[in-house]
Amino acid sequence: MHRREGLAKLTGRERYVDDLPLDDFLWGATVRSPASRGRVTAVRFGRGIDWSQFVVVDSQDLPGPNEILLIERDQPVLAAGYVRHVHEPVLLLAHRDRVALRRAVAAVTIEVAPEPAALDFRVPPRPEQIQYGADNVLKHLRIEKGDVERALATAPVVVEGVYETGAQEHVYLEPQGMIAHMDGDVLVVRGSMQCPYYVVKALTHALNRDEQHVRVVQTPTGGGFGGKEEYPSTIALHAALLALKSGRPVKLVYDRTEDMAATTKRHPARVRHRTGVTRDGKLVAQDIEVVMDGGAYVTLSPVVLSRGIIHAAGPYACEHVRIDGRAMFTNAVPFGAFRGFGAPQTHFAGERHMDVVAHRLGIDPAELRRRNLLRDGERTATGQVVNDGTDRVAVLERALALADYDKKRAANKAGGTTRRGIGIATFHHGAGFTGSGEVMLSSRVDVAGLPDGRIEVLSANIEMGQGTITVFTALAAARLGLTPDDVVVAEADTARVPNSGPTVASRTSMVVGRLVERACDDLRRRVNTGGRGKGEGLKRAIMDWHRAHPGGRLVGSATYERPPGIAWDDHTYTGDAYGAFAWAAYIAEVEVDLRTYTTRVTDFVAVQEIGKVLHETFARGQVQGGVAQGIGWALLEDCKWQDGAMANAQLTNYLIPTTEDLPPIRVAFLENPYPHGAQGAKGLGELPIDGPAPAVLNAVADALGVEPTTIPLTPERLMEIAERGARNAEQRRQ
Amino acid sequence: MPDPKATISFELNGEPATLAFAPHKTLLEVLREDAGLTGTKHGCELGECGTCTVLLDGTPVLSCLLLGLACAGHRVTTVEGMAAGGRLHPLQDAFAELGAAQCGYCTPAFLLAAQALLAVEPRPSRAAIKQALAGNLCRCTGYLKIYEAVELAAARLRGEDATPARETLYGHA
Ligand code: FES
Ligand code: FES
Repeated sequence: MHRREGLAKLTGRERYVDDLPLDDFLWGATVRSPASRGRVTAVRFGRGIDWSQFVVVDSQDLPGPNEILLIERDQPVLAAGYVRHVHEPVLLLAHRDRVALRRAVAAVTIEVAPEPAALDFRVPPRPEQIQYGADNVLKHLRIEKGDVERALATAPVVVEGVYETGAQEHVYLEPQGMIAHMDGDVLVVRGSMQCPYYVVKALTHALNRDEQHVRVVQTPTGGGFGGKEEYPSTIALHAALLALKSGRPVKLVYDRTEDMAATTKRHPARVRHRTGVTRDGKLVAQDIEVVMDGGAYVTLSPVVLSRGIIHAAGPYACEHVRIDGRAMFTNAVPFGAFRGFGAPQTHFAGERHMDVVAHRLGIDPAELRRRNLLRDGERTATGQVVNDGTDRVAVLERALALADYDKKRAANKAGGTTRRGIGIATFHHGAGFTGSGEVMLSSRVDVAGLPDGRIEVLSANIEMGQGTITVFTALAAARLGLTPDDVVVAEADTARVPNSGPTVASRTSMVVGRLVERACDDLRRRVNTGGRGKGEGLKRAIMDWHRAHPGGRLVGSATYERPPGIAWDDHTYTGDAYGAFAWAAYIAEVEVDLRTYTTRVTDFVAVQEIGKVLHETFARGQVQGGVAQGIGWALLEDCKWQDGAMANAQLTNYLIPTTEDLPPIRVAFLENPYPHGAQGAKGLGELPIDGPAPAVLNAVADALGVEPTTIPLTPERLMEIAERGARNAEQRRQ
Repeated sequence: MPDPKATISFELNGEPATLAFAPHKTLLEVLREDAGLTGTKHGCELGECGTCTVLLDGTPVLSCLLLGLACAGHRVTTVEGMAAGGRLHPLQDAFAELGAAQCGYCTPAFLLAAQALLAVEPRPSRAAIKQALAGNLCRCTGYLKIYEAVELAAARLRGEDATPARETLYGHA
C-alpha cells in the first residue's frame, strides 16, 4: 500500500504548521537568557521602537503555576527572575510584522548577575556549582545481578575502558512551530508534535484550564526523532500565552538557528566499563558506570537514563552485572528525548568495548559475540528471561555472510594512504515504555463505524514520516476484511481522539497497533454482525446499525492490558523491562584516508529481527534513515559548546550526512512474530540508531589498529589517536 | 515604515503572474506569502539545507537566497507546477511507488532538483544523482529510496518499461 498522505506530500498540498492559512494573526518570538546562570537584574527595552505596538508576556502573565508539567515541575514556562541556562526563555513578544518583531527581539537586553555555572557533567561539582539536591544528581539508578566484585576479583582477565558520546541535534527538516488561537472559550493549539496529550497536560496545568477548554491538534510533522516529544509543550505554552494576552491568533515558528540552539538534544554521556572474561572469551562480570548530562532541568532525563542503563550490558549473557547510572544537573540547555533514548549511548560504549576485549584476548570480534550472545532461557542484566525463540547468533551470522566478513577482515587494511576496516555491532532495543510504563499510560484506541459503512481509527498517535496513518489503515483493513479505502484515520485532534499515549519509544505499531486490532474486534462485537462478521457483511451491518440508531455513535474501543507473565519491580530494577526486544547485527566497512584522517563508510549491512515486517518500504525507510542518522552521530555531528551555548547552531558547521556521505545501506529483516504486537510486530523506529556508531568505530579500529573511544570521531580526533598510537608503537620498538 | 511594494511580472508554473510585494522579500517568502504557494518549504533560510529549492528557468536555485525581485521576466517552477494537466510527473509517481517521501518536508525540493537533473541527463548514473542532490538534506530516508525513485522515473521518461526495484535487497524471512 502506498503512503496514505503521500499524494499531498508529493504535490505540495500537505500543510505543515507554517503553511496553514491564518487571518489577522501575530507572529510570536522568544527572548532568551544570554547567560548560563544567575539572577535577572534588568530587562531593558531598547530605544527607537514603539513598544506599545508589541504584545509582551513575562512570567507574571501566567494564569496558573509557572511550571512545564512533565516528570517533574522544575522547569518554568518563562524564567522568573532567575536563569539556569543560556537561551532559557525569559520574555515573549508578538507583532503582526515579522521583520519588526525580529528587530524588537534584538532590542531587548536581559541583564544577568552571573553565578558559577556547572558546565561539565563529567567532573564533580564544586560547592558553589551545586543547584540540585546535595550533589547535582538529577537521577541515580542501579541494576545489580550476582556479585560483581567477587567475580571481577577472580576473573582471569579484566578489561577496562571509558567511552564518550557527544550531544546530537535532531535536525528534523521542519523546524518546530505552533499556532494558538481562541475558539469561543476553547484554547486551540496546532503544531508540529509527537505527543498531543503531553501538550494538553502542560497547557491545562500552567494556564489553569480544564481539558474541556483546551484542544490540541497535531499538524503534519516534518520529522521528529524525539525532538518533538516534550519540547513542543514549551512552544505551545508560549504561543498560547501570547494569544491569550493579545486576543489574536499567534504563530510561533522557530528558525533553524533558534531551533538548534534552544531546543533539546541527545544527552552527552560517559560510560566506564570494567569487564571480567575468561581467556576463551566468556563474560563473567560487567561493571558499568553511566553518567549523562541532563542539563538545567529534569525533562525526561530519568527515563532516558533508565533505558540507557537497561541496555548497557548488551544482548549478552553474564552472571554478574552491576550498572550504576546517574543523570547530572548542569547549566546546559536541557537535553531530551532523541531516537534511541539513552540506549545508543550505552550501546556505543558496550559494543566498542566488546572489540577492545576481543583485541585484548586475541579473539575475533565476531567470535567473541557468538560466544556471549543470549541464548533462550538466559537472563538479561535485569533478570528478564529471554525466551522468544529468536536465534540471536543466526542474526549475527546472516549479517556476517551478507557483509562477507571473514574475507574482508582478513584482506583489509591495505597499504598506501588508505586503510580499510570492517566492524560489527550486535545489539537489542526494547520496544514500548519501560517497566510499568505502558500500564501507567493505559492507552486507549477507538474504532468508529461510520454511517456510510466505512470505519474511522481514532488515536492520538501521529504521523511524522514513519507511516502511522498507513500502518493503522492496513491493520484495521486486514482485521475487518475491508479495503484500505474503507478506512480513515482521524486527525490527532484531542477534541476527538482518545489518549492512546505518545508517539515515542517505538511503541506505535507494536503497542498501539495492537490496540487498533483489538478495538476493531470490539467494534465487530458491538454491531452484533450475526455471522456477517467481516468485509462487505460488516459494512452492511454498520450501515444497518446507523439506520436503527439515527445520530448514534458506534464505537469499538480497546485499552492497554499488560501481556500475561510480565513483571517489573521499579524499586529493585529487576524483572521484565520490556515486553519484547528487537535484535540486530550491523556491520560497517570503512576507508580511512591517512592524509586527511577522514573516515568514509563504504558499505553497511543492517540485519534485524523485528517480529513481523508490517510494511516493507516503511520498515526499510526506518532502518536506512536511522543508520544514516547514526553514521552522522559517529563521524560528523559535533556540537561545539561555548559557555553553555551551542556555538555552531547552523547547518553550515553542524553537519549532517548528505548524499555524498553515505554508503549503500543494505537491509535484511528476520521475522519471529511477537504474540502481543500488531500482527506479530515488535518496535523498530529506534533500533537502527543503536548500532551504526559502534560498528563504524570498530571498523576504524580494525583499519588502523587503534582504539577510538569518543564520538563524533572527527578527523582531528582520529589524527590525535592515530599519531599517539604511532608514537607508542615507536616507543615499544625502542 | 513598511517598505512600499514592488510589482514584478514573471512566469509561475507555466502561467503569467504579476505580484506586488515588499522589495526586501526573498523568492521563498514571495512564493509562500504573496503567491500562496506553500509547497516550497524552508529548513534554514540561510542557504544550507536545500529545502527551499525551486527551478528558475529550469535550474535549481535556493529560493531563500534569491530576492523575489530577481525573478522578474523569468520562469519559476515550484512543486505545485510539476503535475501537468492533472497528471503526476513520473518523478512523483516513482516517489510514491518507492516510498521516497517519508515526512515529506524535503520532498518538493528533491523532486525539483531531480527534475532539473533528468532534463539534462536522461540516463544519470548513481554518482550523478548523488552529486545533483548533494545540496538537499533529508533526515528521514538515508536517501537510498530517493535514488531508486529517480532511476525509476528516468527509465520511464526514456520510454523504458521499468518495474520498481526490489524493495529491500534481501526481503525478509
Ligand atoms: S531554506 Fe535552507 S537552503 Fe533555503
Ligand atoms: S522525508 Fe523527511 S526530511 Fe526527507
